[in-house]
Amino acid sequence: MFYREAGQYKKTYSADMAVFPILQDRIGIGLILATAAIIIPIFGSNFFISTVMIPFLVFSLAAMGLNIVTGYTGLISLGTGAFMGVGAFACYKLTTYFPDVNIIIWILVSGVFSAAIGALFGLPSLRIKGFYLAVATLAAQFFLEWCFVRVPWLFNYNASGAIEVPQRTLFGVAITGANATPTTRYLVLLGIVVLMTWVASNILHGRIGRTFMAVRDMDIAAELMGIRLLPAKLTAFAMSSFYCGVAGACMMFLWYGGGEASDAFNINQSFNILFMVIIGGLGSLIGCFFGAALLNIVPIILKFGLPAIGLPLAGATAEHINHLFVGSLIIFFLIVEPHGLARLWQITKQKLRTWPFPY
Amino acid sequence: MNAMNHSEFRQDIAPGDTLLAVDNVTLRFGGVKAITDVSFDIRKGEVRAIIGPNGAGKTSMLNVINGFYHPQEGRITYRGQTRSKMRPHVAASQGIARTFQNVALFKGMTTLDNIMVGRTLKMRTPFFWHLFRHGPAMREEIEHRKFVEEIIDFLEIEHIRKVPVGKLPYGLQKRVELGRALAMQPELLLLDEPMAGMNLEEKEDMCRFILDTKEQYGTTIALIEHDMGVVMDLSDRVVVLEYGQKIADGTPDEVKKNQKVIDAYLGVAH
Repeated sequence: MFYREAGQYKKTYSADMAVFPILQDRIGIGLILATAAIIIPIFGSNFFISTVMIPFLVFSLAAMGLNIVTGYTGLISLGTGAFMGVGAFACYKLTTYFPDVNIIIWILVSGVFSAAIGALFGLPSLRIKGFYLAVATLAAQFFLEWCFVRVPWLFNYNASGAIEVPQRTLFGVAITGANATPTTRYLVLLGIVVLMTWVASNILHGRIGRTFMAVRDMDIAAELMGIRLLPAKLTAFAMSSFYCGVAGACMMFLWYGGGEASDAFNINQSFNILFMVIIGGLGSLIGCFFGAALLNIVPIILKFGLPAIGLPLAGATAEHINHLFVGSLIIFFLIVEPHGLARLWQITKQKLRTWPFPY
Repeated sequence: MNAMNHSEFRQDIAPGDTLLAVDNVTLRFGGVKAITDVSFDIRKGEVRAIIGPNGAGKTSMLNVINGFYHPQEGRITYRGQTRSKMRPHVAASQGIARTFQNVALFKGMTTLDNIMVGRTLKMRTPFFWHLFRHGPAMREEIEHRKFVEEIIDFLEIEHIRKVPVGKLPYGLQKRVELGRALAMQPELLLLDEPMAGMNLEEKEDMCRFILDTKEQYGTTIALIEHDMGVVMDLSDRVVVLEYGQKIADGTPDEVKKNQKVIDAYLGVAH
């Protein structure tokens, strides 16, 4: 009843090509942003922000990265975890060498390193497709994971072999390290995620996004339209790894606050993010957020929510139920709705447009 | 339709001159000879049909012309330039577009986006501006959108502008595919069975679009088609292949009377 575009005439092509052509969508996105930027920091508890919101945003960013290469360009990648790790280590090295430069800049720049590595491991994608490419990217995962543990230069030769996040400030407020409050870390992260989502949406709505999708849907025809496959695929890999790298740097610096790379950036993480993308919706930006929210919030509900309403659940059981839940979700989506939550959302919107008089 | 004018470098070949010449092309896949020593030419501004029974090598011929297959022997001269090997994207940038026998659209994208992909080669804004989708990137996008809208009007597919092409009926998909090829403003348009699987009305529509394309944009068209009525009505000249060899070449009337062609289509008593 309220969600419909009746009376909203588009008089220019730019109005028609807007990302949110319908007024209600624009209002909705404004409300979501306002909630995220104002209401949650004010009313959200530290626990909520640091266990729910921060992981959610980090995973959304990583899922966005994977979605660019898998959902938009149709190349399966299982190296997401490793590319995130490259970002984290790059950021760590950069901030130890140049401590005076603002950490936010280094978080974004670390994506460049990860993009370079990603493009390198994307090279086989010209010749191989599908599962075989997945195996080739798996090589990236194992090789880089090995590097993270065996090359001490990466973690500055410290005894623990872990990234130790130093304290860095923005306008005198600590945003990384032990003294940074969850709220400041959350706000910094939110800024990065909003900025990068906006950029991703811009790129994917334009010529480059169409190139990616053309390669995904019919590479022979794409070549015939004058698209050179190797540059297109490498761009996709580089862009994807850029996002993953930034997500990895955010994960270490704004969420974990340090830790061992082999735990954070292992193959499980790669799969976890792949599941988010599949459940959220391949080839959809909003799907990344849906997928990250679902796979991130369900474990938390199982872990903390059920005991709170009087259902005692041991940690291990919660973990197992979580695995069961995720597994069945994936099977469900692969069968029922291969386009994931994003498609369900689209269908809902379509229904809302004509509700309550569908004829 | 001013925006549809071809760019100036394409003016040098006058209508009626040879646009593309295929000389003694032989294509083998291992021991199988798909095309044997075939020569013919395509003149600017004409509709050139390539016909023949199934497996005659017609589609292989198109694949040779736009660079998917590299013939073992023979030469191809396009716009006065001779080449033996060529990549498909180079052929695209030189103005050769094509449609496929079994529709090769980008199924997940809308009609509009599909046709916009055809404009990719004409878009040059650097990556940087795409980060913001403002300034030059947006101006370019709008400029090409205008062009694409002209094609959409031309092909009468306004109503499906924003529908993902995977959901469209077959006849419309064929039409969108033609639109995507037209968006490249090709000099030479290769159509691989544009009317396969269509009903009479759709065929008539498609014929009209092909003739209009030729009239309005001066596009040279090479056409593979099995519907002889269509071929004889549309084309200026016909080349007939059988088992990879050329058996006839000439105007529709000449070809119709050619005994070899009649034998190839109707069979001969042995």
